Amino acid sequence: MVQGGALKEGDTILELVDVHMHFGKVAALSGVSLEVKKGEIHSIIGPNGAGKTVMMNCINGLYRPQKGDILYKGQRINELKPYQRAELGLSRTFQKIELFGGMTVLDNIRLGRHIQLRSGIVSGSIYVGKTRKEELECRKFLEEEIIDLLEIEDIRDKTVHMLPYGLQKRVELGRALALQPELLLLDEPLAGLNLEEVEDMARFILDINEEERWRVTCILVEHDMGVVMDISNRVFVLNFGNPIMDGPPAEVQKNPEVVKAYLGEEDLYSTRR
Amino acid sequence: MELFLMTVTTGLMVGGIYALVALGWVLIYKCSGVLNLAMGELTLIGAYVTLTFYQMGVPFILAVVGTLLVGILLGILCERIFLDKLIGEPILSVIMVTVGMSFFFKGVVQFIWGSDTRVFDPPVFALKPIEIGFLKVSSVYLWSFILSILLLLIFVAFFKFTRWGLSMQATADDETAALSLGVSARFVYAAAWAIAFMSAGVGGALLGNINGINISVGYLGLLVLPAVVLGGLNSVPGAIAGGIIIGLLQNLSGTYLDQYFPGGVKEIVPFAFMAVFLLFKPYGLWGWERIERV
Ligand SMILES: Nc1ncnc2c1ncn2[C@@H]1O[C@H](COP(=O)(O)OP(=O)(O)OP(=O)(O)O)[C@@H](O)[C@H]1O
Ligand SMILES: [Mg+2]
Repeated sequence: MVQGGALKEGDTILELVDVHMHFGKVAALSGVSLEVKKGEIHSIIGPNGAGKTVMMNCINGLYRPQKGDILYKGQRINELKPYQRAELGLSRTFQKIELFGGMTVLDNIRLGRHIQLRSGIVSGSIYVGKTRKEELECRKFLEEEIIDLLEIEDIRDKTVHMLPYGLQKRVELGRALALQPELLLLDEPLAGLNLEEVEDMARFILDINEEERWRVTCILVEHDMGVVMDISNRVFVLNFGNPIMDGPPAEVQKNPEVVKAYLGEEDLYSTRR
Repeated sequence: MELFLMTVTTGLMVGGIYALVALGWVLIYKCSGVLNLAMGELTLIGAYVTLTFYQMGVPFILAVVGTLLVGILLGILCERIFLDKLIGEPILSVIMVTVGMSFFFKGVVQFIWGSDTRVFDPPVFALKPIEIGFLKVSSVYLWSFILSILLLLIFVAFFKFTRWGLSMQATADDETAALSLGVSARFVYAAAWAIAFMSAGVGGALLGNINGINISVGYLGLLVLPAVVLGGLNSVPGAIAGGIIIGLLQNLSGTYLDQYFPGGVKEIVPFAFMAVFLLFKPYGLWGWERIERV
């Protein structure tokens, strides 16, 4: 695979340059630029309808912006289809859960892994000298790791649509991880969770980001300001298609414009739970 | 009593063929939300392709394999030529394109093979019926049934146990997620069309063995529509059950109602049954409850 070699921590993994996306007359993104560094958790905040989900969809290829560049590891990926971006190591979860409802938890996770298998065979080199059996064992091991990490051992064989919402969110994270992504897009992973579940999920995200085994760079869209300010390296603020600022959490919290546009709503979110 | 049992057995066996054709229908619907109204013509093409191979001296079973291969090729071609450009367009437009395809295919078939009824000559299956216990079943029906079930099993195994099959299932279940996980929509659509062509083609070949081949094999293919709707449009087990139910209904009505309503009662009853059934179960036997979306 052409991947422009391995990046070091702190190198730019993803860059949006002056991205514009409109639907008819609705301008969802008007000139958004963003630089995400490898190894970081980069959050995107903004009020409802700000264009956060549209931004994720542009990055992952479900939408094609009318103007602007999207660079992944220095390579322009505007023209790539979602599945091709997935092969490059981009994975995601959805605001509205998009699991394969009729399948079991394990099958959902497997599906992500199956697709990996293809790139594994194509690039071949990774498996030179290994037998196929070993390769399969290696993948089985990955499943187990994910199940362990997310503590979903006892629901692995349950059908997904029977599970409570909080667990479905977890399974979705697991499925995204099975692709062994380098960059993971998380669209409101905490929405609709109770206090305890929020804590668990925040911990999982930190684990995925920090543990030597995973080291996944994350772009996190989230309304829960407490968690965002707690776990992010940088926070990008979006207001109805317009970027307001991008900086470390401490700076963002001090910016009057941000407070006016968004943080003022924080009370709203604390009463939500 | 014996007449009844014979009728039921025959119905069951023809139903097996319908189930095979229904599978193709369901597959395309499941993966892409499109009701492929050219399915009847695919059945027709399959029948003629098999016949052509057979008359070139290829043994029947190999002619069927050849039809499968031609099916894959045509399916992928059709998807690429007619449908690929329509990804993202309203479903209704796509359905209208399949109507166009059905007229086109019908024209092509008449152009290549003419409109006379043709039969497999020499007959593929022995004319002497096979006796199972006290039941006499004509061997065409029995072998067609066995072949249909075999193919159905192969297709189902493909969905359940291969990576490609899983990708198709995933797309059917949640397209957005499947795309984001690395499934190529083009691949899945092409695969769905290829399998639909294969199942309809072989279904056509088998039906052609029973009644001879002319344009009306295409209508037999369309007769499967009630089977598909009955099963719930998107359910593979539903298609199989639906196919068998339609086969049974058709034969029972042919045997018992034809004397009161001579003529086409056999062809009407499945559609009438579908209409009444849907009044009570609008989503079919195992349908999603969100079919109204289409
Ligand atoms: N497919 C689409 N077609 C038309 N308009 C769209 C589409 N997707 C998004 N929009 C519009 O783009 C704007 C931004 O929507 P988006 O979903 O990105 O908001 P968001 O920041 O994710 O909000 P929330 O916090 O509620 O999830 C909205 O006005 C929305 O109506
Ligand atoms: Mg959103």
